[in-house]
Amino acid sequence: MPLLEVKNLHVGVEDEDIRILNGVDLTLDTGQLHALMGPNGSGKSTLASVLAGREEYEVLDGEILYDGEDLLELEPEERAEEGIFLAFQYPVELPGVSMTNFLKESVNSVREARGQEELSSAEFLKMMRERADMMGLDADLTKRSVNEGFSGGEKKRNEIFQLAMLEPRLAILDETDSGLDIDALKNVADGVNKLRDDDRGFLVITHYERILRYIEPERVHVMLDGKIAQSGDMELADKLEDEGYEWVREEAAAAAAA
Amino acid sequence: MSTSETEYLKGKANEDYEHGFYTDIEAETAPEGLTEDVVRYISHRKDEPQWLLDWRLKAFRHVRERIDGGETIDWAHLDYEAPKFDEISYFSAPKDKAQYESLDEVPDEILETFERLGIPLEEQKALTGVAVDAVMDSVSVATTFKEKLKEKGVIFKSFGEAARDHPEIVREYMGTVVPYTDNLYAALNSAVFSDGSFVYVPEGVTCPMELSTYFRINEAGTGQFERTLIVAEPGSYVSYLEGCTAPMRKENQLHAAVVELIAHEDAEIKYSTIQNWYPGDPDTGEGGVYNLVTKRGICKGDNSKISWTQLETGSAVTQKYPSVILAGDNSVGEFYSVAFTKGHQQADTGTKMQHIGKNTKSTIISKGISADVADNSYRGQVKVSKNADNARNFSQCDSMLLGPDCGAHTYPYIESNNPSAQIEHEATTSKVGEDQMFYCHQRGLGEEEALKLIVNGFCQEVLQELPMEFAVEAKELLDIELEGSVG
Repeated sequence: MPLLEVKNLHVGVEDEDIRILNGVDLTLDTGQLHALMGPNGSGKSTLASVLAGREEYEVLDGEILYDGEDLLELEPEERAEEGIFLAFQYPVELPGVSMTNFLKESVNSVREARGQEELSSAEFLKMMRERADMMGLDADLTKRSVNEGFSGGEKKRNEIFQLAMLEPRLAILDETDSGLDIDALKNVADGVNKLRDDDRGFLVITHYERILRYIEPERVHVMLDGKIAQSGDMELADKLEDEGYEWVREEAAAAAAA
Repeated sequence: MSTSETEYLKGKANEDYEHGFYTDIEAETAPEGLTEDVVRYISHRKDEPQWLLDWRLKAFRHVRERIDGGETIDWAHLDYEAPKFDEISYFSAPKDKAQYESLDEVPDEILETFERLGIPLEEQKALTGVAVDAVMDSVSVATTFKEKLKEKGVIFKSFGEAARDHPEIVREYMGTVVPYTDNLYAALNSAVFSDGSFVYVPEGVTCPMELSTYFRINEAGTGQFERTLIVAEPGSYVSYLEGCTAPMRKENQLHAAVVELIAHEDAEIKYSTIQNWYPGDPDTGEGGVYNLVTKRGICKGDNSKISWTQLETGSAVTQKYPSVILAGDNSVGEFYSVAFTKGHQQADTGTKMQHIGKNTKSTIISKGISADVADNSYRGQVKVSKNADNARNFSQCDSMLLGPDCGAHTYPYIESNNPSAQIEHEATTSKVGEDQMFYCHQRGLGEEEALKLIVNGFCQEVLQELPMEFAVEAKELLDIELEGSVG
């Protein structure tokens, strides 16, 4: 059953005459992992932001159904509570806010919304240790302020660690693999694989097919000028790796002319 | 900032002042106006020795001259009407003036007042191990833990008592760090000071508990002029906390305190303040406290240390610069400050670190938070004298703006007369970023939770300097300040 249905989604920037998404259609079933590729500026990150509820974007047309319900009705924190998680392309630093404090508030807020009991401090710390361990995250990072002074790789790993803590139903990874060295990349991919589950869907935005080799997506989509221009399997990703996006552009132009 | 956040921040302005109530205790109040008679009346009422009256009169003549000369303080980034010195009553005392032997003798109204402020004396006595010298209006009404302190030879009493019981110490030190000629408000305080605290820690003694005083301003139109003197003999240590809150009043209330700290060789004084006085009507700014305070400490001996930590959330106008004179070699001065202004509040606060001895070190961490139409300024001076070889200073001044209509300003002054000095200054101003808020929202946190988390994080470096139990209280106070009518 579809976890996420994006239908004919048109999006602009609030108060400006800019259109970024021009009719996106995308369906993701529970238990699946889809990759979203495409050249810079094609609208991938915008789609991620709109799914998470970022306010500066304005939905001009179309709809998004999450678990069959209208997602656009919900505030960003409500979406998080309903199980949507965004691993940020540029994780934000919160100076002076300890990871422990932040995640405890966050986990308990989400648990409360899902009708689960609040975790005691002891239970929470145990869970944090276990998940940090599972994700290969240095436990010392959990003692520091959120993302403050983290290296690029640590920030990205920290996002996947938070994903593990918050146990979402839909996880969106916005270029989590960008800027990672090969070891960190494997580490992130391992984390994702461990978290794959029949009840969980993943939308992985990436520029490189390298990470896809490790996580093996069910579907690969290519976004161009704010639309899904091609969809396929891993072969599509391989072709992009070899040939670039030019052929996608040509085919899209030909289709538009026809 | 998004619309909903702006609305949320506006909503905070509708909050009632939590501690706004008034204790009904009959008081004896001096006639309005600043005259020699009033000074004599205060001294007489307090049963003071002649030398203290003489000192007050000297200060009185000085301040009278300054007031008559039309002196105003116009260099701060503050906009308020100067107090009308001749319309203020300079003394009021609870009618039942006796010093109480035990808490049982304290009038119920006073105890209730403290309880409503969340400061139940008895509970504190039993649970926290904090000695409390409670100052209500101008006369000390209850003092606990005297016995334990006595054992160690620590003197902790009201200033008035100390002047009677230990004149030799009080005379030696009072006015040596903040002379009565220092500034207009210090001069005023020296003439009419009502009461305050006195602490003396003998050589080699570590004070066995945190010392704490709660100030309240109570009578209509009565200024509160506290005077605090702390003397730490060689090798001693003391940690002192003042926590302040006042009931809601219509008139502006002038609060002009003087605090003097003296640290001898190898001694350390830690002075922490939580100030939560009535900030005035959130829409008009009317009726809040004017908090114009002179605080200064001297590291007199080698290897001594003075540390100021303050959380300033109240008052309509705050102007204070807790400072350290680093006279002894290797002495250390610290200033950690959080100033939170909202509504029509204005704060101009900071510090002055004066390096005189060799190898002296100072640290300044200042966090200013501003909301609504409030204005928040950091003003600090680091001065290195000619002979202060190897002086070190690190200053960090961060400002955070919550909303589009508030202001933050930083005025650092650096004066170095010794080429070996190393002075570092960092300053940042940030808005609570939409990015930070969105990141928190994406992790399931609502407006208020997110804002509390971010602001508390911003202040963390300072809050962690407070003694443990007060750090918790401080965090709570910040949370209350940020709470609004969301939803």
